Amino acid sequence: MKSKTSFLPQGEARPSRCPDNTAFKQQRLPAWKPRLNIATVLSSFFLSGAFCLSVGVCLILSANSVREIQIDYSAQCSECSKLRENSSNWNKECTCSANFTLEEGIPGDVFMYYGLQNFYQNHRRFMMSRSDAQLLGQNAKIPKNCAPFATYRNGTPMAPCGAIANSMFNDTIELFYNSNSSAIPVPLLKTGNCWWTDKNVKFRNPESYNLSSAFAGTARPPYWQKPVYSLDEEDERNNGYLNEDFIIWMRVSAFPMFRNLYRRVRRVRQFADGLPAGNYTFSISYNFPVTKFKGRKHVILSTVVWSGGSSPFLGIAYVVTGSAATLTGFVITAIHLKLRKKKTYFQK
Amino acid sequence: MADPIRWARYRWQRLISAEGGEGSSSSSNSNNKCYQSSKPLGKHRIVIPCLGHFKEEYEKVSKLYMNNKIRTTKYTLLNFLPRNLFEQFHRVANLYFLFLVVLNWVPLVEAFQKEITMLPLVAVLTIIAVKDGLEDYSRYKMDKQINNLVTKVYSRKEKKYIDKRWKNVNVGDFIRLSRNEIIPADMVLLYSTDLDGICYIETAGLDGETNLKQRQVVRGYSEQASEIDPENFSSRIECESPNDDLNRFRGFVEHSNKDRVGLSKENLLLRGCTVRNTEAVVGIVVYAGHETKAMLNNSGPHYKRSKLERKVNSDILWCVLLLILMCLTGAIGHGMWLSRYSEIPFFNIPEPGGKLIPPALAGFNMFWTMIILLQVLIPVSLYVSIEIVKLGQIYLIQNDIDFYHEKTDSTIQCRALNIAEDLGQIQYIFSDKTGTLTENKMVFRRCSIAGQEYCHEENAKRLESYQEVDSEDEASADHQCGSSNDHQCGSSTHVSKCQGHNCTPVNEPLKRKSLNQLLRREDGTGDDSHPGHVAFSSPIETDVVPDTQLLEKFSQFSSDSYQQPEEASSKFSWETMYITDFFLALAICNTVVVSVPNQPRQKMRLASLGRMPIKSLEEIRQMFQRLSVRRQSSSPLPSMKESSSSSSESPTSFVSKLSLFRAKLASPALDGTAQRAADPHHTDSPEHPQVPQAGGVWTLAAGGEHSCVASPQASPPTPRLCYEAESPDEAALVHAARAYKCVLQSRTPEQVTVDLAGLGSLTFQLLHILPFDSLRKRMSVVVRHPLSNSVVVYTKGADSVMMDLLRTAPEGGVNHSEIEQKIKERTQKHLDAYARRGLRTLCIAKKVMSDAEYAEWLNHHFLAETSIDNREALLLESAMRLETGLTLLGATGIEDRLQEGVPDTIQALRRAGVKIWMLTGDKRETAVNIAFACKLLEPDDRIFTLKSESRDACALVMSKILEDIQKNNTAQKSPSQHLGNVCASPSTQAPGFSAGLVIDGRTLEHVLHDSLQNIFLELTEKCRAVVCCQATPLQKSLLVRLVRSKLQAMTLAVGDGANDVSMIQVADIGVGISGQEGMQAVMASDFAISQFRHLRKLLLVHGHWCSTRLTNMVLYYFYKNVAYVNLLFWYQFFCGFSGTSMTDYWILILFNLLFTSVPPILYGVLDKDVPAEILLQLPQLYMISQKSGAYLPSAFWITLLDAFYQSLVCFFVPCFTYYGSDIDILSFGNPINTAALFTILFHLLIECKSLTWIHAAATLGSILLYFVFTLGFGTVCNTHSSPPNPYWVMEKQMADPIFYLVCLLTTCVALLPRYLLRVLQGTLFPSAVLRAKHFDSLSPQERRAASKKWRGDWTGNCRVEFQATSRSSSSAPGVVSEEESTASILPTSEPPFQACSRGQLLTKPSG
Repeated sequence: MKSKTSFLPQGEARPSRCPDNTAFKQQRLPAWKPRLNIATVLSSFFLSGAFCLSVGVCLILSANSVREIQIDYSAQCSECSKLRENSSNWNKECTCSANFTLEEGIPGDVFMYYGLQNFYQNHRRFMMSRSDAQLLGQNAKIPKNCAPFATYRNGTPMAPCGAIANSMFNDTIELFYNSNSSAIPVPLLKTGNCWWTDKNVKFRNPESYNLSSAFAGTARPPYWQKPVYSLDEEDERNNGYLNEDFIIWMRVSAFPMFRNLYRRVRRVRQFADGLPAGNYTFSISYNFPVTKFKGRKHVILSTVVWSGGSSPFLGIAYVVTGSAATLTGFVITAIHLKLRKKKTYFQK
Repeated sequence: MADPIRWARYRWQRLISAEGGEGSSSSSNSNNKCYQSSKPLGKHRIVIPCLGHFKEEYEKVSKLYMNNKIRTTKYTLLNFLPRNLFEQFHRVANLYFLFLVVLNWVPLVEAFQKEITMLPLVAVLTIIAVKDGLEDYSRYKMDKQINNLVTKVYSRKEKKYIDKRWKNVNVGDFIRLSRNEIIPADMVLLYSTDLDGICYIETAGLDGETNLKQRQVVRGYSEQASEIDPENFSSRIECESPNDDLNRFRGFVEHSNKDRVGLSKENLLLRGCTVRNTEAVVGIVVYAGHETKAMLNNSGPHYKRSKLERKVNSDILWCVLLLILMCLTGAIGHGMWLSRYSEIPFFNIPEPGGKLIPPALAGFNMFWTMIILLQVLIPVSLYVSIEIVKLGQIYLIQNDIDFYHEKTDSTIQCRALNIAEDLGQIQYIFSDKTGTLTENKMVFRRCSIAGQEYCHEENAKRLESYQEVDSEDEASADHQCGSSNDHQCGSSTHVSKCQGHNCTPVNEPLKRKSLNQLLRREDGTGDDSHPGHVAFSSPIETDVVPDTQLLEKFSQFSSDSYQQPEEASSKFSWETMYITDFFLALAICNTVVVSVPNQPRQKMRLASLGRMPIKSLEEIRQMFQRLSVRRQSSSPLPSMKESSSSSSESPTSFVSKLSLFRAKLASPALDGTAQRAADPHHTDSPEHPQVPQAGGVWTLAAGGEHSCVASPQASPPTPRLCYEAESPDEAALVHAARAYKCVLQSRTPEQVTVDLAGLGSLTFQLLHILPFDSLRKRMSVVVRHPLSNSVVVYTKGADSVMMDLLRTAPEGGVNHSEIEQKIKERTQKHLDAYARRGLRTLCIAKKVMSDAEYAEWLNHHFLAETSIDNREALLLESAMRLETGLTLLGATGIEDRLQEGVPDTIQALRRAGVKIWMLTGDKRETAVNIAFACKLLEPDDRIFTLKSESRDACALVMSKILEDIQKNNTAQKSPSQHLGNVCASPSTQAPGFSAGLVIDGRTLEHVLHDSLQNIFLELTEKCRAVVCCQATPLQKSLLVRLVRSKLQAMTLAVGDGANDVSMIQVADIGVGISGQEGMQAVMASDFAISQFRHLRKLLLVHGHWCSTRLTNMVLYYFYKNVAYVNLLFWYQFFCGFSGTSMTDYWILILFNLLFTSVPPILYGVLDKDVPAEILLQLPQLYMISQKSGAYLPSAFWITLLDAFYQSLVCFFVPCFTYYGSDIDILSFGNPINTAALFTILFHLLIECKSLTWIHAAATLGSILLYFVFTLGFGTVCNTHSSPPNPYWVMEKQMADPIFYLVCLLTTCVALLPRYLLRVLQGTLFPSAVLRAKHFDSLSPQERRAASKKWRGDWTGNCRVEFQATSRSSSSAPGVVSEEESTASILPTSEPPFQACSRGQLLTKPSG
C-alpha cells in the first residue's frame, strides 16, 4: 500500500466517490401521498356531487329560457328543389315561402340561422380545398391547395378557389312580419355576425382602386351565380372576400348537421324588444340544392344565452354526474358503516 | 477538424493495402468483433524489427499489421448521419414511422401535411442521434488523448530512442519504458534493468488488480549485462495472431542461427499496464492498436434486453392489431358512406380526372389514410421514454448512498443501462462463495503437521477481538459516509505509537499483545482508507500468533538436524524435519512478491544480494554442504556449528528468543546475542538502512533490537515486508510462516531467500514454478535446497487431489511407510475437521528428486514449453509427471470470514421469494458450513447430499429424494390443515418442510446431462437451497443456463472472481463484486457492487421500484396513446370516415411529444409506491413485482378498456353539447383536446403513489405549456398553417364559459371510474403495497406490531417461513459438524444421500 502511494504525487487526495447525500439523489424528497381515507373519499364525492348538481340545474334553467323556432323548408320548397336538381337550370330564379306563427313574442336579440343536415362540410378533402393565402388577398392569381376548383381549363383562376367556396350556401332568406294583412319586412343585420378576427385579419380583399378591378383576371367558382365582388353590392365593406356570409361559410362546421348564423334582427321600431307575437313569412330564394345528398335545409330563429344555444345536454349531463357522485358517496358510506367492525387498514 | 478526413484517407489506404496484400489483417472497421473474425496471415504473425537488415521483409510484413492508433468511436463526422440513421432504422418502430412518412407522400392517402408526419420521427431520431453523438464524442476525445500520449521509440535514423506519439507506434518497434510509464502496446520484453531480467507490472488499468505481476525477459536476453541494442537484434518473432485471451500468449523467437526460444505470457507486456519498480525496460511491439489484448477485451458496455421490453414488444403487436381493426372500420365505413350517394355530392371531391372512384377503392385508400391519422396508437415515444427513464433510474441507483462502501471508496456501478427493471423480478440467485459471501480475507487458523494438530488458540482469541473492533468500525462507517475515520485514525495512531514504545518492556504479554493489535489495526485502517492498497495485507490477515507448542518444536530445528534426514531414527528429529519443511513450503511454494514499504521493490532485492558477508557465508555453507551430502551419516562439520549455532545450543537460544519475542524483560541469553552478533546478516539486516526512523526504537538495548527484527509483530516501527500475492491464501500462508520466523525475504525468478530463525538466510535456487490452475488444483515449486543440495519439489493443493498423489510405497522402508500412512490418515481426519469448521484446507507435500530424475523431467518440460500448438496439454502432462510420489507434510486451515450482513441479506432475499443457490469450487464440507453460517441452510432443514459416481445411480437417487420429499409434504400437510391454516398457494418455496440439496462437482456432471435435467430441476424446485460444491466455472454457467432456459426464470449471478465470469455473463443479470480478486467479474457484470449485502437493497428496493415504475409507465403510455387516438377515431363517425382531424395537426403531433411527455417520464423515474425502509422490512413485497413478470395481461387490457372509456367520454360530452350548433370544427376540437390533456395528466396524478414538487411542477408546466402554445399559435398562424387554421380559436374559446364547463365535466366523468377503482382498492381490498404504504404513518412500536401481524398474515400458513424468522439461532456449525461427520464416514456403497435427522424436529415448533 505505502509502496504504491509513494509513487503517486503526494498530497493529491482523490475526491471521495461517495454520492451526495441530497434528498433528490437519495429519493427522499418530501412527497405528498394522497391517502384515501374515509373522510377525503366521502368529502370528495359529496362535494363534487353537490357542485355538479348545482351547475347542472343552472345550465338547464338557462337552456330552457332559450326561445327557438326551426322551420324545415326543404320540404316546403319541393318544386324549387326539383328545379335545382338539374344543374342546367342554375340561372333560373326560384322563390318559395314558409309561414309560421309566434304565439308569444321573442324578446331580446333574435338570431336567424340557416341549418343544413347531412352536409358533410367536415369531409377531409373538401375541407382542405381552400386557399387561405388567396383569401388574405395575396396571390389571387395562383391559388394553391384548391384542387379541383383552382382554375378553369383555360387557366383562369377561380376567385375564391376551392371546394368550400364553390359550394357556398346561396339561398337568400328574408323575414316578413304579417301584421294587418300587410307584410312588413323585418329589418335584418348582415354584418357583425362573424368573428371579428375573421373579418379583420383572416380575410382581405386584393388591393386595388375598386373591387371589380381587384378581381380582374379571375372567374367566379362554377356553382356561383355572381362573381365574388358582387356578393353584396350595397355595402362595399361586406363585399368580395369580406362578405360575411362567405366568411361564415368558410368556417368549416364540425358536424354534418349544423347551423350557421345568417342574420340578426335589427332592434328598431316594433322590433325594438325582439320579435312580437304574430304571423311571419320566410321568403326564400332557393338556390342551394340539397336533394343530391339527401340533405335538408332549415331556417332557425333563436335567442342566445350565456350557456350557448338551446341544447340541454350539458345541464343534464351535469345533473346526472352530480347525482351519480352523490349516490356513490352514499354507497361508500354504507359500505364503510357495514365494514366498520372489520379491521381494515383503511380505517386508520 | 481535419481529423475525420485523415481518418477516411487512412482507412482507404488500409483498404487498398488489404486488397493488395494477401488478404491480410485489418478490415478497416473499428469494431472489435471484426478483428476476431478476420484471419490475418493464417494462424501466426511474424514480427520483424524495422531495421537495416530486415528492411525489405519488414516493409512486406509489418506494414500489414495495425499501427497503434486506436479508434473506439463508431462514427466520424462524415459518416455520422448515414451510419447513425442506418443503425436507428434497425428498430422496427422507427421503420414503422418511416413507412408512415412515405405513405403520407402518396397523394391518394395522405392525411396530414407531409412535413408534419415527419415530426415525430425526426424528433425521435434527433434525440437518439444526439445521445449517440455525445457518447461518441466523449469516446473520440478519450481516443485522441490516448493516441497522443508520448513514448520512447527507437529510431533507426537517429540511432536512439526518440519521443513518439502512441498512434505512431508500429509493430516491430522497440520501445523503452521507464518506471511508472504506461505500456503503449503489447510487446515482448527484451531487456530490463533488473539484473534478473524481471519487470514488474501493475495491471490495474487492465483488470483493476493492484498487486504486481512479474514479467520476464525472454530467455537468452536476460543474461546480457548491457541494454539491448536494437541495431543488433537479428531475430524474428513468430507468435499467434491477435486474440483476446489475456492469460495466453504463445510464440517463439527465432535467432539468426535458427535457435528458437519459447515465448509465454510471462514475456508479454500488455498495453494499458504500468511498469513498476523497474528502472527501465525495452520491448518489441508485437500487437498494436486494436489488435492488443487489452483492446480486444474491451467489448464496451453490452446490451441485454429486459423482460419488460420483450413484453412491451408483444403488447405493441396488440396495438397494431387494434390499429388495423380501427382502420378497417374506417375503410368499411367510408365505403358504405360513399355508396349512400348515387352521384358525387359536392362535398366529396372527385379525382383529378373527374371520375368517381368506386366506394371499395375509396375505402381501401381510406385504410391507409387512417393508418397515418391514427399512427400515434403505436407509441413510438414509448421507446425513447423507456430509454430516458432507465437512464434516470440508473442515475438514482448509482447515487444511492447506501451502496457506498467507505473502505474501498467504491459505490455501485451500473454497467448495463437497460435492465434495471429486471432487478425486480429475480427468482434465482446464483452466488459464488469465496469473496462473495465471504470477505476473501484469509486468516491462518490451524495447521496439522506430520499428523499432529496445532490449534493456535491464541490466534483464535486474537481474531475474536478483531471481529468486535471490526464490526464496530464497520457499523460506524456505515452510518457516516464522511471520512471522519481518517481523523480518528491519525490521532490514535500517534498515541498508540508512543504507548507502543513505552510498553514494549512491560512484562505483560497479554496486554502488550492487545496494544499491539490496536496499533496494527490503526495502521491497517490507515492503509485501507486509501484506495488501491496492496491486496491481502490487512492486519487481520498478516498477524498470526504462533502456537506455543509448535513454536517450541520448530525451534529445536537446526541445520544439524537437517544433516541427518531420513536416517535419523528418533521421532523427535524427523518431526522437526517435517515442521521445517512445512514452513519452508509455506514460505516458498507461492508466487508472492516481496517489497518493503516506501522503497522500490527491486532495491530491496539488490540490497539483499549485495550483502557480501552473507554471500560468503552461503558459499562456505554450500561448500561444506557438498562435502556432507556424500557422507550423510557423518556428523556435521564443526565449522557449521561455528557459523550458525551448535545443535546443543540452538534450542536454548531459541527459547531465549522466544522469551524476547514475548517481551519478557529478561535479557536475551548471552550466547544468543553473541551468536547473532557474529552473524553479519543480523547486524546488517537489509531492512534497517531503509527504515524510516521512527524515533526511540534504536535506543533500546541491542538484544531488544534484534528481537524486533526477528519478530516483526513485536516491533511496530520495523519496516514490514510487504507481501503481494496473487491469491489471499498464499498471502495468509506466507504470513503464517513469518510468524514462525521462517520469513520470506525476497523472490526473484532465479532464487528465493528465506530467513530462517535458526539458520539465518537461506537462498534457494528456484528451478521451476508450476503455477496454480483450477484443473490441477495445486501448485508446485522446484528448488535446489541450499543445505542438502538436492532438488526438492514443494507442492500445495486441494486435499482431494493431493491425497492421490502421495507416494504409496516409499523407499524409506517399512517403518517409514507406516508412519506416513498414519500421518496421512490423521491429516485426513484433521482436514475433515477443518472443513467442517468452514476452513479452507490445503495440503502441503514435498518430494526429493535426484538430479538424474530432475534432468529427465526437465527435458520433457522444455519440449512442452517450446511447442506452440497444444502447449497447455503438454505442460499439464509435464506437471503431472512431476507431482507424483509426494510425501505429505501437513495441512493448513485458513478461515475465510463471512462478509458483513450476509446472513441477513440471504434471509431477506429468501423471504422475498428468491431462491438462492451457492455455487463454489470449495469442498463439500466447507461449502455446507458456510451455507449454514450464512443461513442459506437452516438447522431445521433436511439436507440431501447428491453424490454418485454414475448417471443411473444419480437418477435413481434423485427420484428417491423426490419421493421422500413428497411423502413428507403430504405428511406435513395434514397437521397444518388440522390447525386451520390453509395454505393459500402451495408454492414451491413453502412446502411443509424445507430441504436443502448439496451436490458435488462430479455428480453435477451427470446431473447436467440432458436426460437428468428435468428431474434435477424438479428436485431443486422442491428444495429451498441448493449448494453445489467443487463446481468448475463451466458447470456454474451451465447450471445458470439450465435454470434460465428450462424454468423460464429470471436469474441473477453474483461473483467476484474470474471463475464467475461465465456464470455472470450467462445470467439475466450479472452482478460483480469488486472485491480482492481483481476486476474480471466486474468487467463482465451488469452491476458491480462492493459488498454482498448491497444486493438486498439493490433487489428489494431498487429492483421493486424500477420494476413497478417502469411497468406503470409503460402501461400509462399505452393508455395515453389509445385514449388520445380514439378521440380521432370517434370523430370519423361524424365526418363520413374521411380521415378528418378536429384538432390542428401541430397540436395533435405535439400533444404526445411535448405536452404529455415529461410527467410520465418523471413518474417512471421518481414514483415511489412504498418507501425504502418498508421494502427492506417486508421483503415479501418483492414477490409482487416478481410474480407478475413484467405486468399482468389483465393490467394491459384493463388499461386499454379505461382508455376507451375515457376517450368516449372526452369525445362525446363535447360532441353532444355542441351537436347541431354553429360550432366550427377546430372550436369543437379544442375543448376535446383540452379535456383530454387534463384527463391524461390527472390520470397520472391518480396513479402516482407519491407526489413531490417535481411532479407538481411538471404537471403544471405541461398544462401551462399547452395553453401558452395554443394561445400563441392561435395568434400567429393566420396563413401558414394547414387549411383549417386554428387562428384565434383558443382565444375565442377561453372567453366562453361553456368551454370551461365542458372541460370540467369531461375530466370529472372520465376520471371517475379510475378514481372509484382506486378508492375501492384502497378501502375494501387494500393491496399489499397499499397496506405496506400505510406503515409509514405508524409509530415505530405500532409498526413493529403491524409488521409481525403482517408476516403472520403473509406466511402464517407457511410454517417454514415462520420458523425462519422466529428462530434465528446462529449455532449451526457446531451442530452440523456431527451430522456431517457421519455423512463423510459413510462408505460410498451406502445410499449416497443422507437425510438429516433434524428433519424430525420440524413437527414440534409451529406455535
